[in-house]
Amino acid sequence: MTESVMTSTQTEKRNPWNAIAIALLFVAIYFGLIVTVADQYMNADLSFGLPLAVRTLTAVLGGLLGAVIFLLGDRLEGSTSTITLLLVVAVVFLIIGTYFGLYVAPPEQFMGEVQRIMYVHVPTAWNALLAMTFAFACAIFFLFNGDWKWDALMEGSIEVGVVLAFLLCCQGAIWAKPTWGVWWDWDPRLTTTAVLLFAFLGILALRKFVDDPVRRGVWSSVATIIAYVDVPIVYFSVRWWNSLHQLQSNPNTVSKPFWIPLRANAFGILLLMTAFILLRARVASLRLKNELAPPPALLESELGEVV
Amino acid sequence: MGANLIEAENLARRYGRRWALADVSFKVRSGSVVMVAGRNGSGKSTLFRLLSTAIRPDRGKATIGGFELVREREDIRRTTALLSHYSYLYESLTARENLSVAADHLGKPRSVVMPLLERVTLAQRADDPVSTFSAGMRKRVSFARVLLQEPTLALLDEPYGQLDPEGFLLVDEVVRELKAKGTTVMLATHQLERGANLADDVIILEAGRVQWTGKASDVLTRERPGKAGGTAW
Amino acid sequence: MLIAALRKEMLLQWRTRAQLMAVFVFGAAALLLFSFAVGPVAEMLRQFSAGFLWLGLLLSSTLTLAESYHAEMENHALEGLLLLPANPRALYYGKAIANWIQLTILGMALVPVMVILYDAGTTRIVALFFVVALGAAGLSAPGTLYAAMTAQVRSRQTLLPLLLFPLIVPALLASVKATSLIVLGDPMGQLKSWISLLVAFDAIYWSLCGLLFDRVVEE
Repeated sequence: MTESVMTSTQTEKRNPWNAIAIALLFVAIYFGLIVTVADQYMNADLSFGLPLAVRTLTAVLGGLLGAVIFLLGDRLEGSTSTITLLLVVAVVFLIIGTYFGLYVAPPEQFMGEVQRIMYVHVPTAWNALLAMTFAFACAIFFLFNGDWKWDALMEGSIEVGVVLAFLLCCQGAIWAKPTWGVWWDWDPRLTTTAVLLFAFLGILALRKFVDDPVRRGVWSSVATIIAYVDVPIVYFSVRWWNSLHQLQSNPNTVSKPFWIPLRANAFGILLLMTAFILLRARVASLRLKNELAPPPALLESELGEVV
Repeated sequence: MGANLIEAENLARRYGRRWALADVSFKVRSGSVVMVAGRNGSGKSTLFRLLSTAIRPDRGKATIGGFELVREREDIRRTTALLSHYSYLYESLTARENLSVAADHLGKPRSVVMPLLERVTLAQRADDPVSTFSAGMRKRVSFARVLLQEPTLALLDEPYGQLDPEGFLLVDEVVRELKAKGTTVMLATHQLERGANLADDVIILEAGRVQWTGKASDVLTRERPGKAGGTAW
Repeated sequence: MLIAALRKEMLLQWRTRAQLMAVFVFGAAALLLFSFAVGPVAEMLRQFSAGFLWLGLLLSSTLTLAESYHAEMENHALEGLLLLPANPRALYYGKAIANWIQLTILGMALVPVMVILYDAGTTRIVALFFVVALGAAGLSAPGTLYAAMTAQVRSRQTLLPLLLFPLIVPALLASVKATSLIVLGDPMGQLKSWISLLVAFDAIYWSLCGLLFDRVVEE
């Protein structure tokens, strides 16, 4: 970690927000996953008497808040130990989720082995929506606040969201072919994802074509807001449109044996996504620093060129 | 002439990686005529666009007539008019129509348009589309547009550009009239002698910074400032 | 201020009306090409007529929307207006309304082409006009905003459709469905719900884009 030499003051002090985020994530993982594992495999009740609904809510909120605090609390520079930690833990969870999903969980009643793709598909869907929502929030904050960290975070979360949306479409196609015989089944959720994917790809293209950082930030924030507001409208219109034909829905995995791989993967992808958004935001932040550098001092300037 | 109409501090503006204005500070007295001179690329146009609020500064601040440059943009625009390199004209509309559009947006009656076109000696071409106009004629229409706004501060970027000798005289007349009405005028020009004759004060820009400020009379008499051995503008 | 903006837009549109004619020919040609995709099967063409009409109109809109800023950008006239000062919101609505009118005219002009090529006639002209108008409004609001952005960057031709097309999917779906119901018949009375969707989409985007426009045109 030689970069810590350059950014000494920031890395010496432990960022307190990271500790809070870790604590929140731990709570989320505890109530979301560990309690279920203990219940199923050790017949132990670690739930502190909290009912299922409360535990699920804690898990969801804890996960969300933890991820968001990681994203906002990180100074977008300094040591990469936070990110490395996130990546390692994420991979661990994904391994657990994959193992449970492929080998331990029983095959589903009607669909058989094909259903196992849900263990990746559903968590990817949750996280893709999360990434886009975070991008939307960053866009709003950037327009009101003007702080560049929002632009960097927005760029990171749009890119990661696009990747997740693309994966979602692929997973949907992989599931649809053996099940319905076609690659695409016009399921409203999947179709909305495809539209979302194109919309945000367009925003990334917009960012590429605009050189001025202020304009780029403002315009892509505007476009992100407009695109995100459209998502529910697209969903409802496609659902309406599709309901006139045979409605083919994706299955829901609700019974207990399916929970463990689902949640393990959910946390895994959440942490992975957070780590990638942070990394990407750091890259964006560095570029912005370069673009926004102040004018050179009088002696070094030569016809106003940045030395 | 007394209070300062414009007070600018450390204005800076970049285009890509190049700082068109690096650090510009100055004051302009209300009712005065200021000539802004400098080589091509020294930042004159950028400065005028900044003062007119067409673009924002990346650094620094300024007040015009007591209004802050970025936060009170609307108020500055109400009292400032810019004669720009861009003609701000619609090619498919006639001269009269172009000015009428501006008059409509300003809330002024359309009857003010013809007298202005007469002032810039374009009355006989008033109903020809601007696409048929020469560069000098477009400049005149743009000039009329500035006069239409009845500004407190007139920012004239290269007013003599593309004009014929009669046009030069017209510009001189108009600037004198504006001054007589109490309008503050800033002129960016390469026509040093003409400008200095009209102006009270001069600001010389070089590479996005103020190189020299002083009285117009000094410019005509002192040695040309600039790099050693360099000729000018 | 809005009246001033509208007057200018109408004047500009009138002056450049030859352009609209050219775009109409483009749209009609597109409708012709679509039929080649299906083949000369009368019943299938009739089934898809609404879809073809709206796709044709959508493609034509990328031309007219981009063109609506051509005059503003040539000599930076838009900046000139903003500096007068003109209210950016008024400028947006002026242009959005003008584009709306233009797209509605274009849409209605393409209807006879649809009727002839696909044997997709109807007596419910008034209802059809409403649907075309509402759908055109759905294209015009975000289109005017995005065209303002893309007019100021390079590669503007690719960027405008790239940004606009995913966004207007709901309006496209609703317009196609509604038009289809008018042309092919509406036994279950679904037309109203599709029109409501269009109205909702229009209401949301006409307000949202108006709010955001000044951030797009100001430097």
